[in-house]
Amino acid sequence: MTPDTMAPPPAAILRFDRLVKAYEPGKPVLDGITLDITRPGIVAIIGPSGTGKSTLIRCVNRLTDPTGGRILLEGEDITTVRGSNLRRVRRRIGMVFQEYNLVERLSVIENVLSGRLGYMPFFKVLLRRYSDEDIARAFELLEAVGLDPAFANRRASQLSGGQRQRVGIARAIMQNPSLVLADEPTSSLDPRTSVEIMELMVEIGRKRDIPILINMHDVGLARRYADRIIGMDRGKVVFDGPPEDITADHLNRIYGGEGWQ
Amino acid sequence: MSDIPLSAAPSAAQHWKRHSPLQSALRTGITVVIVAAVVWSLRTIEIIPEFLYDAPAQTMDLFARMWPLDWAFFPTDIFPALIETINIAALGTVLAIVMALPLSFLAARNVTRSPVARWIAQFLFVSSRSVNSLIWALLFVAIFGPGALAGVLSIAFRSIGFVGRLFGEAVEDAHPGPVEALTAAGAGTMSVLVKGYWPQVQPAFWSIVLLRWDINVRESAVLGLVGAGGIGVALDAAISNLYWDQAGLVLLTIFGVVWISEFVTSRVRARII
Repeated sequence: MTPDTMAPPPAAILRFDRLVKAYEPGKPVLDGITLDITRPGIVAIIGPSGTGKSTLIRCVNRLTDPTGGRILLEGEDITTVRGSNLRRVRRRIGMVFQEYNLVERLSVIENVLSGRLGYMPFFKVLLRRYSDEDIARAFELLEAVGLDPAFANRRASQLSGGQRQRVGIARAIMQNPSLVLADEPTSSLDPRTSVEIMELMVEIGRKRDIPILINMHDVGLARRYADRIIGMDRGKVVFDGPPEDITADHLNRIYGGEGWQ
Repeated sequence: MSDIPLSAAPSAAQHWKRHSPLQSALRTGITVVIVAAVVWSLRTIEIIPEFLYDAPAQTMDLFARMWPLDWAFFPTDIFPALIETINIAALGTVLAIVMALPLSFLAARNVTRSPVARWIAQFLFVSSRSVNSLIWALLFVAIFGPGALAGVLSIAFRSIGFVGRLFGEAVEDAHPGPVEALTAAGAGTMSVLVKGYWPQVQPAFWSIVLLRWDINVRESAVLGLVGAGGIGVALDAAISNLYWDQAGLVLLTIFGVVWISEFVTSRVRARII
């Protein structure tokens, strides 16, 4: 892997190239992460708290700025894009959050439609001039994530956690993303709803042919639903492979054993 | 659990005091200073005992002269002045909102990164708030001459700081989550303000505006005393001419308007929030 000599391969939808992030100099949270996301499907990133999972995901859409290395989205170096270019990159990347991050006082449908904000000029946003196609698609998506269209005009604050996360997913897909990031999407949900949300993500990833990068604590869920698991420990990738390859040894390495000493 | 306090309690309890000796001395000292300050101020204001003794009689006399109220004065003078007062309050509040709204976002730490910009906004708020509306009115009467325009401007300039500061704080209290989500979706700064922040701060905004409008109705009633239009002009004229029956009616009208605006705003506020 010598990135200097190779042209950006079109195959990789997302590439981390020796990515480093240090909030304090000399204490990297991400310590040279190199990964290729080449295929649609669920990629689960597991690891203990504080190991840089969130930071890794947030570097992709630059909610956090990396300290070193590169990130390539569909071959384009996005490590240092700024301003309107950064916004154009961000609208290609959907994001689902642990706390859903819906605008509570807006209606459900407008929360879904807000996935289009990156594509709309400000005056249309101000006047709520969503295009007819966008509105039609928002209703389709509402149904696709398993919400009754009757919810459309309810305030987001009136929904349960699971329903809110469905709206969050619909908002992300509304962007027509090439990639979806999910930061602990099931950590605030009960086990049963977590399973439902994971199944929804798998279904959406498959149907729309996009990779979904998910941070999670729950190894069981990761094994059950991921196509690929990335284990992280102290800012480094310590496992990368299909879920059936992950062993008790690996999990010890990631969560137990030396990780704590 | 229970064995920890037991082993430590007996000796500690006997020696426990709320304040250390130094703290006690300090508290006594502060009490002495406060008492001295009160005594000193009482001596400075030089209350004349004779005036104090006949105050009740004077008060009764004043009320006697106000009664019966001069109702003929109401349709000709008070009513138009009252409408002007309410207009001054409303226009002043609207003008204040227009000027304060962008400044509040500029003052909010979570929206504006630049400390210099925040400092400028804060400085304008403090300048606006530190000057009483009567003083603003004196200034604007000097510039624009007496009349309602001076009143509107003084109400507006006094309100900028109030609305701006409170609304800026409401913006700072907004949840960062939705804002982050919209940013991550590629929304521009203005779109994030309108769709991420505004829905969150909207109830606070209306609440602040109503509160300020309510205050402004009261303040604009006094502005006429310095010639800035409104019902205060009628009050000033009545008192100068010693027409106490008219002055009494003006005061009653102001009381009525304030009471009604209080009632209306509390009703509307309950609806909005």
